[in-house]
Amino acid sequence: MSWMNRQEDKAGKLQERGVEAVDVELEQAMKNFRLSMHAWSDAALSRPRTASQTLRRRSWRLAVGWALGCVLVAGSVSGGLFERQQQIELRQTADRQRAAEHDRQLQEQQARAQVTDEALLAGVDSDVSRQVPSAMEPLAQMMADDETK
Amino acid sequence: MPTAEEIAAEEFSRVVERHRPQIFRFLLSSTRDVDLAETLTQECFLKAHRNWGSFRGDSSAMTWLMRIAINLQKDHWRNRRMQFWRTTRTNSVDLDEASEWLPSGESSLEQQLLARERVKQVWTAVKGLSERQRTVFLLRYVEEQELSEIAAATGLSEGTVKAHLSRAVGRVRLELGGKR
Repeated sequence: MSWMNRQEDKAGKLQERGVEAVDVELEQAMKNFRLSMHAWSDAALSRPRTASQTLRRRSWRLAVGWALGCVLVAGSVSGGLFERQQQIELRQTADRQRAAEHDRQLQEQQARAQVTDEALLAGVDSDVSRQVPSAMEPLAQMMADDETK
Repeated sequence: MPTAEEIAAEEFSRVVERHRPQIFRFLLSSTRDVDLAETLTQECFLKAHRNWGSFRGDSSAMTWLMRIAINLQKDHWRNRRMQFWRTTRTNSVDLDEASEWLPSGESSLEQQLLARERVKQVWTAVKGLSERQRTVFLLRYVEEQELSEIAAATGLSEGTVKAHLSRAVGRVRLELGGKR
């Protein structure tokens, strides 16, 4: 029993020592952290200023931004113009095609009407010639003979 | 005979001269970005100058300035989160570079390397802390402020400050203990 107690005490002491070691280490680490932060801050405060470099970097970015903006605007404007021109051309082509179609239809209609008139006249001629009575034919021939005499 | 305005200006310039390094250091440790820390420090003193007339002296000038600096830093991170479409590149130095500033003193090279490694581990732990925990931790262990001063600067109660500090130290301890 006493052996077990001794072991427990030993383990407890070791654990305490471990915690103490970590705490000492922690304290030292915190101190070093503070010292490094102070050194860095002092160095940064006393460093030469680089305002011109920053300005140059910013102006470079600004120029790139402007250039990109201009390209975008020019692209969209020219794209719009091209699109509009295309639409106008398409509309003109369609108009021309429609006018040509209309002319063709008109010509066809006129041609059809002419053909119909000629056919009608031919029909009338043939009808009139057929209506001469065959009984009058000898008389008509005699009259023609007298005229020759 | 100097006017009241001239006296106030003189007084303010003394305050700037006295507290600028501390404000800058706090902002530098919070952001790890020298340019950003400088910008925020300038903004802090500009804001302080505008409101210098309304400073009643209820707290010390340092506490008042630190409160402004903490708010500026918070606003900065909030704006960055909101403007997520903007460039994500930051000028924050990495942990290795931040740990390189340890004064060599009279220790051996081996001790210096070990100390640098420990400082890096502290930085790693600090990086993983929440914004409040980090602020409280830096004010306590870098600026060596009292709990009451930290509470006044952050607007938290002393109990809350203690709780944040305890969690932050626990995290650092874990980082130091775990990497052994």
